[in-house]
Amino acid sequence: MLDYLASVGLRAENHRPYPRFDLSREAWAELVTTLAAKDDWSLLGLWADTAIVHMALRDEAAMTVGVVSLSCPEGRFPSVAGVRPGAIRLERTIQDLFGICAESLVDPRPWLDHDSWPIRLPLSADPPDPLGQPEPYPFLPVEGPGLHQIPVGPVHAGIIEPGHFRFTCNGETVVRLEQRLGYVHKGTEWLMAGRSIAEAGKLAARVSGDSTVAHSWAFAGAVEAAVGAPVPPRAVWLRALMAELERLANHLGDIGAICNDASFAFMLAECGLLREKVLRTADACFGHRLMMDRIVPGGVAVDLPAEGRDAILGLVRDIAVAFPPLVRIYDEKASLQDRTVGTGRVDGGLVNRFGAGGHVGRASGRGLDARLGPGYAPYDELEFSVPVFTEGDVNARVWVRIREVEASLSLVQQILDKLPEGPVHVPVVPMAGQGMALVESFRGEIMTWVAVREDGIVTRCHPRDPSWFQWPLLEAAIEGNIVADFPLCNKSFNCSYSGHDL
Amino acid sequence: MLKTIARNLLRGPATMKGPEAAEAGIEELAGRLDRAARIRLGRSLSIRQVDAGSCNGCELEIHALNNVVYDLERFGLRFVASPRHADVLMVTGPVTANMRDALFRTWDATPDPKWVVAVGGCALDGGLFKGSYGIVGGVGAVIPVDLHIAGCPPRPADLLAGLVALVEAAK
Repeated sequence: MLDYLASVGLRAENHRPYPRFDLSREAWAELVTTLAAKDDWSLLGLWADTAIVHMALRDEAAMTVGVVSLSCPEGRFPSVAGVRPGAIRLERTIQDLFGICAESLVDPRPWLDHDSWPIRLPLSADPPDPLGQPEPYPFLPVEGPGLHQIPVGPVHAGIIEPGHFRFTCNGETVVRLEQRLGYVHKGTEWLMAGRSIAEAGKLAARVSGDSTVAHSWAFAGAVEAAVGAPVPPRAVWLRALMAELERLANHLGDIGAICNDASFAFMLAECGLLREKVLRTADACFGHRLMMDRIVPGGVAVDLPAEGRDAILGLVRDIAVAFPPLVRIYDEKASLQDRTVGTGRVDGGLVNRFGAGGHVGRASGRGLDARLGPGYAPYDELEFSVPVFTEGDVNARVWVRIREVEASLSLVQQILDKLPEGPVHVPVVPMAGQGMALVESFRGEIMTWVAVREDGIVTRCHPRDPSWFQWPLLEAAIEGNIVADFPLCNKSFNCSYSGHDL
Repeated sequence: MLKTIARNLLRGPATMKGPEAAEAGIEELAGRLDRAARIRLGRSLSIRQVDAGSCNGCELEIHALNNVVYDLERFGLRFVASPRHADVLMVTGPVTANMRDALFRTWDATPDPKWVVAVGGCALDGGLFKGSYGIVGGVGAVIPVDLHIAGCPPRPADLLAGLVALVEAAK
C-alpha cells in the first residue's frame, strides 16, 4: 500500500511515525477506485483541516499505515463513503464542521449540526451565521403495512449518555433502527485548536471518560511523534499499566451490566464490586479513580508509589480468585444464555467493511489489535493473545471481554515484573510537526492525529474514537431482534457518545 | 452461584459506612426547602439523572453509587427512569447547545417540588469547555441549580455526601 501511495502522491515532511502523501485530485479519485478492489486496505480515519482533507489507511496484510491528503481550495473532495461505508458519518461531519463537501456522498444529511449552534461550519476559515429557520431532521422513510415507530431519546431511561434511536417495528420485531447522534457535541476539536499542548491534552483526556487513559495516551503519542520527543522507559510501562487497569475496569463493569440487562442482577453486583476494587486501587496508586490526566506528553504525571506494586498485585489476586466462578455462572445459566446466544448478530463481512475494532470486531472474526499491529511499546515485550470469536452475537462479545479480562490480569503482572526504574517525565521541547498514534482502548483502537506549531501550539487535533466504526453496526445488529433485546445489544457494544460527538 | 451467595452472607456486607452529610451542602440547601415540601417528601428522594453533555466520566461515578460498596438505596435515594417520577434531577456536563431543549423539557416534566443537583466541574460553568460554540454554559444557564457537587469527576463518596445532605435538608 505504501508503495502505491508513494507512486501517486508526494511524500510530506515532518509527519511521523507513519508517512503522509499529498495527493492531486485525480490521484485521490483514483485511490477511491483502487480501494474498491483492495479489501484489506482499511479506513483508519478521515478528517479535515481548513481546506484540506486527510485520510488514514492501514494495509492489514503488511500492517503498515499511511496518510493521504487532498487540498480542497474549492471546498469539495471525491467521497470515499461509496467504497468505505465507515466514512459516511465522518464525511457528514466534515461537511458540518468545515463546509467541505463530499461529492456524491450517499447520505448528505447533516450529522453533528442540529441547527442549534450560534455559528455554522465552526471549524471553517470564516464561519457563517446560522440559517435561522431550522428544518426538522429528515429520518429515513419507512413504509409498509403493520409498521410502527418508537422514538427513544435523547434523554434515556438509565444513567447513560444522550442520543436518539428511531426504531421501526413490526410487532415486537425491529425492522430498522436509525441512530441520530451529536447531542453531546461540545466543540472539542475547535477548543483544542490554538491551545497549548498541555491544555489540549486535558481536553483529550475528556473525549470519553471511560477511555480517558487510552485517549490521553493516543494524544501524548501523537504529540511526541510530531515533535520527536523521547519518553522515559518507566513512563512507557506505567502507561501500559494504567491502560490495562482501565481495560479491566471497563470490561468488568460491562460484563455485569450486560447480564443485568438480561435481568441477572447477581452478575452486576459481583462484577460491580470487582470494578470498584480496580478503581480504588487506581485511586490509591495514581491519585485518580479513572486515572484522568495521568498520561501527559513526555511521560506520566505521577509515578507508581512504593506500595503501589503490592496493592496492584493484591488486586490481581483478588480478581483471579473471584472472576472464574462468575464466568462459570455466566456460562451455565440457561436463562441467561437464552438471552445472549444468537442475539444481536453482526456479520463478519459487515465488520470488515466498516473496519470495526475492539470487542465488536473480535466477536465477528476480525482480530485486529493496535497493541500488536502496527504495535507499540511496551507490548512488543509482553506476551498476550487477542481473543477472536466468529459468532458475532451478544454472547461472543461477552466472551471477548471475559478473555480480555484474563489477558489484562496477566499483562498487569508482567508489566509489574518488568517495570524499569528511572524518571517518569521529560518536558516536551516544542517543534513544528505532525504526528499520529494508534492506541488500543478497551473499546477498540483510537487514532489521534495532531499538528503542532514550533511554539508548541496545537493547530489541529483529531481524536478518532473506535465508536465511529461501531455505531453503524449496532443498527445492523438489532435488525430482526425484538425491541426488548436492544439494551442487551447496546450494552454489548457500549459505544461512546461523547467520543463520537466530540 | 449459591456458593458465592452463601460466602457473601457469611462474610458480611462489602458496603461502606455512610458518610456525614457534606456541611457545605446542608447550608446551601437549608434555605431552599420549605416546610411543606419537607413533609411531603419524608426522607425518600427519587433521582432522575440527565447527561447534558458530559464526557461520561461523571456517569461512571454516579453508576458506582448503585454498586454494593456505596449502595445508595439504603439512604432512601433511588434512580428512576422518568422525570415524572423524580424529585431530583441530577445533571452532568456542560450543557451542549444540542441538549439545551432536551434538558429544559426534562426539567419541565419533573413535578414540583423539585431540586436540581449539578454534578462535576463542567456542570458548574462549562469547565474546560467554556467558550465553545457547542455549549451554552453550566447547568445553571438553562435550569435553576440547588446544589453543586464539585470534582472531575467527583468520587462516589463525594456524591454520596452531597446527596445525604439533600436528604438531611429535606427531613
